[in-house]
Amino acid sequence: MPITLAELDRGQRAHIVELRLHGLERRRLMDLGFTPGTEVEVAMKAASGDPIAFVVRNTQIALRKQQAENIIVEPIS
Amino acid sequence: MAGCQCAQATTCSSHGNLIRLGVNIRDFDYLIALAGNPNTGKTTLFNALSGLRQHTGNWPGKTVVRSEGAFRHNGYKYKVVDLPGTYSLLSTSEDEEIARDFILFGNPDCVVVVVDATALERNLNLVLQVLEITDRVVVALNLMDEAERKGMFVDARKLAKELGVPVVPMVAREGKGTDHLLQTVQDLVTGNLRTQPRRIELDPHIEEAVQQLLPHLKNLYPNLSNHRWLAMRLLEGDPSIRRAILTDSLAQTESPLAPQKEEDMSELEAALEV
Repeated sequence: MPITLAELDRGQRAHIVELRLHGLERRRLMDLGFTPGTEVEVAMKAASGDPIAFVVRNTQIALRKQQAENIIVEPIS
Repeated sequence: MAGCQCAQATTCSSHGNLIRLGVNIRDFDYLIALAGNPNTGKTTLFNALSGLRQHTGNWPGKTVVRSEGAFRHNGYKYKVVDLPGTYSLLSTSEDEEIARDFILFGNPDCVVVVVDATALERNLNLVLQVLEITDRVVVALNLMDEAERKGMFVDARKLAKELGVPVVPMVAREGKGTDHLLQTVQDLVTGNLRTQPRRIELDPHIEEAVQQLLPHLKNLYPNLSNHRWLAMRLLEGDPSIRRAILTDSLAQTESPLAPQKEEDMSELEAALEV
């Protein structure tokens, strides 16, 4: 069942399904490698849950929780 | 002066022909820009070529000022500019704007895009973006040793065929591939080598819109070579390009806006409002 990227726990992996973002922010995330079909893994989470670091296409990238909440993913069990 | 000082230049080893000139960058024959993602070895290559010792790191603001150096190879004098590492040329960070503006308006004779052979999927995004702007591109496929260590095999010839520009495998840290790179750059800037960059085919509707904008952009900026790229950014709603055109700050690289161009400007503005 699809959930948002922000709901994943540390070490959990998922495939990106959809970016619910528009314009420049969408473009920016896609340039950083967050495109549909791509596998992501949660590398680190701040104590407050914001920001969250992901490994995407071999590179660690941190996102704000608000951004991660707008990326829909399918967890890999 | 663009001649070769060494009579046997074509036969002697090109490695011996690299003369590092540091910051002595006056009267160069050709201008080269080094672009690439962060951590791909751009600065390592820059230092190897110029003999300078630049330090950079991948936190925001570190290579915000571009470094410039010079070298001589096969009798040609080159100025080389190390651009900030970026994942894209489209977004809003200062780094990306510096890299983009230089590739667009700095008129480099060749853009060397340094890519990480272990993370091609990530790196090729920028390569394709640079290919949208210019066809004078050589891809430096760096960190081949790390790729090998990770058990990865990258087919440079096939990649070159797919991209339509030369791809040179390298280990910049050890100087491996530098000669081949410089020879390829020389062939490109002297016109011995022609590229056929791969470009994304646009949806017919978008293509039509690009065609509508092109004549206006060509009238406004006759000296720019990449009107198509500007048109695509405008259609995408890129605020920095839009601002640059509407406030005419692109004119820094052009003659000031002549009164007869105002018609083009207002038509362009009208087209953008749609």
